[in-house]
Amino acid sequence: MGLSALTISEASTLLDKGEITSVELSQACLNEIEAARELNAFSWFDPDLVMEQAKSADRQLSNGNAPSLCGIPIGIKDLFCVKGSPTQAASKILEGFKPEYESTVTQKLKDAGSVFLGKLNMDEFAMGSSTEHTVYKPVISPWRSKGSEKPLTAGGSSGGSAAAVAADLCLGALGTDTGGSIRQPAAFTGIVGLKPTYGRCSRWGIVAFASSLDQAGPFARSVEDIALLLEVIAGYDPKDSTSYKGEVPHYSKYLTGDIRGKKIGIPREYRLDGMPGEIEEIWEGGKAILKDAGATIVDISLPHTKFALPTYYVIAPAEASSNLARYDGVRYGYRAIMDSNMNIVDMYKRTRGEGFGAEVKRRVMIGTYVLSQGFYEAYYLRAQKIRTLIKKDFEDVFNGGVDAILTPATPSPAFALGEISDDDPIKMYLNDVFTVTVNLAGLPGISIPARLDSKGLPLGLQMIGRPWQEGDLMNLAQSIESNVHFNHKPQRWW
Amino acid sequence: MGLSLDEARKVAHLARIHVEESELPDIANELSVILDFMEQLNEVDIEGIEPMTSVTPMKLRLRNDIVVTGGDKDLILSNAPLPEQGFFSVPKVVE
Repeated sequence: MGLSALTISEASTLLDKGEITSVELSQACLNEIEAARELNAFSWFDPDLVMEQAKSADRQLSNGNAPSLCGIPIGIKDLFCVKGSPTQAASKILEGFKPEYESTVTQKLKDAGSVFLGKLNMDEFAMGSSTEHTVYKPVISPWRSKGSEKPLTAGGSSGGSAAAVAADLCLGALGTDTGGSIRQPAAFTGIVGLKPTYGRCSRWGIVAFASSLDQAGPFARSVEDIALLLEVIAGYDPKDSTSYKGEVPHYSKYLTGDIRGKKIGIPREYRLDGMPGEIEEIWEGGKAILKDAGATIVDISLPHTKFALPTYYVIAPAEASSNLARYDGVRYGYRAIMDSNMNIVDMYKRTRGEGFGAEVKRRVMIGTYVLSQGFYEAYYLRAQKIRTLIKKDFEDVFNGGVDAILTPATPSPAFALGEISDDDPIKMYLNDVFTVTVNLAGLPGISIPARLDSKGLPLGLQMIGRPWQEGDLMNLAQSIESNVHFNHKPQRWW
Repeated sequence: MGLSLDEARKVAHLARIHVEESELPDIANELSVILDFMEQLNEVDIEGIEPMTSVTPMKLRLRNDIVVTGGDKDLILSNAPLPEQGFFSVPKVVE
């Protein structure tokens, strides 16, 4: 096993003891990234910049004043502004954009001593569930079905982040989750992914998709690593008016393994018709593990679940259509070539027509439609009211004493690239059926690998927690992790 | 409900997205499918329900009205497609 396959906590211990250096560790990651170009996980990286940071981390480590993630190589989704590095949200419309500022969460990672490895591929503006809708090449999962060479999706929109962590190109990665974009790719690639409570991490400096739903969060190969990363990236930021002012707990201390007396809800509405038997089995398996560890399992109802997807697909595009209005070819990014007889509106239209990909255009138009005069009340206002009801479903359950909710993370294992055609957007949207409710209600959710299915592909469980209780949530997730012993890795073909 | 070609054209215009006439039927179709999917929201009784405006029950904070950054003209223009003499440039707007 190479150094890049270490967990963050293992690598930190070795770095602290001086048994390895960050230069060695970072070089190991760079070698893996070079060797895995076929996966299209990284959209940009600069070996010199990586080495410069690694050397500086090694100096800090030898001086004995190293911060918590000192020397740990981390990949960053292309949605985060990293000062001086290309930041394109995987869109042609941000071609050539190099931010003059740094997002709050990536700054926190830098302050904690981590090494920024490069930018990770994604669906354009985080709109998608397969990382096929990208200006770069589609991300190819390191996983393959047994006996098949067909390229599979690593999920989306943070497919690059998931593939990079699963293929040992980096020790951890940052993604964002608006409707499941961390949890679904984590489940498809057999790793852990956390979407924190809305407001837990600052959104400042992250290219906005749907501002009332977007949250940044970590990918890693263990729950413990997720806790280490969240400790760093969480926290109040005066530059994000929705960021939460409460203390950031010392999350690692929550991982006690003691979950006795916890009450776990099993929502009956998440049992879908036609769900594969193996998904059903991992759900049952998760229940049994938590029960054996001393938790109580209760059946619960979240009656408005069925309406979550259509609600999401009104609200998210509506917010996106407003957020993406800023891409007009004037201040940054791409501008269409103009004829001398074109006016400013032509410039906007051409720039956006040429700069946005098909799925982004589709969602901006849907958003424009549901916000337009005569339709606002029928769609947008109605969806906002139903969102209130969806959140209330969760509040009622938590008020009834439930500590966390257990569900499958996705309704199926990873599908093949190109399998879900562009002509059927709804089919792609159905991927988010178990995750999207969590964003609408602003709750924390974590995806944990459960086992491989009969074709050898990972399946994941999701746990949903009370607002701000990421510590408890990770403790529950860890008790599943330590019982399922998921130590599978994709067989290297790249 | 089906979106007509005229409606699709209008939405594209409102969204300031150029589409070719030949693309309109497909766009109208795709948008119609999505809008159909949203129709199920009509099954929900929303009588007396407040629309959600903030997902976490927190009051939007005010900040002091003071300048914290500024004077960064060159930085701001550094990513502009065609800056001219210290300004963003656009096609002529006023005749």
